[in-house]
Amino acid sequence: MLLQVKNLTHIYMPGSPYEHRALYNVNLEVHQGDFLGLIGRTGSGKTTLVQHLNGLLKPTQGTVLFKDRDLYGEQKVDWREIRQKIGLVFQYPEEQLFGETVFEDVAFGPRKLGLGEEMVQLRVKKALEMVNLDYNNFKGRSPFNLSRGEMRRVAMAGVLSMEPEILVMDEPSSGLDPRGRKMLLEQVKQFHRQSGITVIFVSHNMEEVALLANRLAVMEGGQIVLEGSPREVFTEAEKLISIGLGIPQVTRLMLELKNKGKQVKADIFSVEEARREIIKLFEEKQGDRS
Amino acid sequence: MMKDITMGQYYPEKSILHDLDPRMKIVLLFFYMILIFFVKTFYGFLFIAIITYLMIKGSHLPVRLFLKSLRPVLVIISFTLFLHAFFTKGGEVLLALGPVTVESAGLVTGLFMTLRLMILVITTSLLTLTTSPIALTDGIEYLLSPLKKVGVPAHELAMMMTISLRFIPILILESDKIMKAQLARGADFNRGNVVERARNMVPLIVPLFVSAFRRADELATAMEARGYRGGEGRTRLNILRLSPRDFHALTFVALVFVLVLATGL
Repeated sequence: MLLQVKNLTHIYMPGSPYEHRALYNVNLEVHQGDFLGLIGRTGSGKTTLVQHLNGLLKPTQGTVLFKDRDLYGEQKVDWREIRQKIGLVFQYPEEQLFGETVFEDVAFGPRKLGLGEEMVQLRVKKALEMVNLDYNNFKGRSPFNLSRGEMRRVAMAGVLSMEPEILVMDEPSSGLDPRGRKMLLEQVKQFHRQSGITVIFVSHNMEEVALLANRLAVMEGGQIVLEGSPREVFTEAEKLISIGLGIPQVTRLMLELKNKGKQVKADIFSVEEARREIIKLFEEKQGDRS
Repeated sequence: MMKDITMGQYYPEKSILHDLDPRMKIVLLFFYMILIFFVKTFYGFLFIAIITYLMIKGSHLPVRLFLKSLRPVLVIISFTLFLHAFFTKGGEVLLALGPVTVESAGLVTGLFMTLRLMILVITTSLLTLTTSPIALTDGIEYLLSPLKKVGVPAHELAMMMTISLRFIPILILESDKIMKAQLARGADFNRGNVVERARNMVPLIVPLFVSAFRRADELATAMEARGYRGGEGRTRLNILRLSPRDFHALTFVALVFVLVLATGL
């Protein structure tokens, strides 16, 4: 078990008129190589949960185990080490850029790890390539003169350059146009496959998570209400709709077709898959006639 | 981390003091402060303390809020007491340590000064706790408006105050978020000597400034888009009107004022 969240409860500003229970008794397991999609509406506790994974927030109750090590137990934890191993990309990460050049910004993390200049350069190059930015073209440019999508990728490279074992991304696609969103998702998919890094992908968008994740956890009101493979989770279509999340449009279409008595699979998340399934159905029909 | 900052510390509640006209509250606070400097006897301070306590009760706010407001000025208060006790001479010698003496007149002036400062701070928080920042700036703008004739930009000053008050919580949240994000990238804000610490702040300050400028820009555009052209000919949604309770408050403070002056407390 790589990461285990145990009975986690978090209360903001306890004892004040603004007291707010953001998480209640959350349990979650993440395995090596997982691509976990953490879905929920705004205010469901997703961000609060992921900030507990590297000590940016301390739990009111419960704990987090990383490789069977208790992060909030008796023993003191070196947070810098944990934060290197569990990389967290915040929502709108482009708002944290500060370096004079893209290189300086991405090199911040590796330098803080105390790596030598040669190693730092290697890491920066690798990280920029992972997010599909040309090293020679971008290294000398100011991060403030880039497009929003490019800025976001630089910020992601800033976390990837620390070579984390787990990459947590908090709503990485929000605020991007459809093309930028598609590109980003492709890249995430690609480096998940290539480097085998464990990914926790936070989102409120079912469509994008369904295509990428091998496991889904659905949050509502500070609790995890559904968990399992996308197939398992999407069978609970009604529950998802009542939460206000819904299921991907193609999956919904296939479900409708199935309900109308067509012989199709309903656990389909991409348009391409759906196309093949429907063509197959037509071909079978034609075969029957002839 | 920075949630303890109490600025624009408005505490919503239902009470007479919350409902008073902000202009009246500012004016009355001003006179009450003057009054505090007229008081010269212990009975006088006892009287003022009781009146202040009654006003706190009248605001329906927990007393601990007012004690909390004293904390930042505690150093100044004890310093005042200390200075007066040792350096103001006159009356009986109470304590003598070689050439250093504590004399009764010094102790009394010191105590009076301390009491004055404490009551000043408490009554000021009474104003800021019961008045929303918006109402407060409205009141200030109105009270400053006679000065427009001599070229004081009253409306612009009030607008600046409103905007900066509005931005404080936003910037606190923002810096909290950026700080966390940089911590996640291995930053450390509490390590090293002064120079290193200052340098460590760069990843926090730069994004904070960038976003503050961006926000200011967006706000300016949004205001222009809604046709904002400064105070000239501008009407209000909530017009400040004095009501009978404002005159009751005025009568109350005037009575206290006269009573203190007449009896020579």
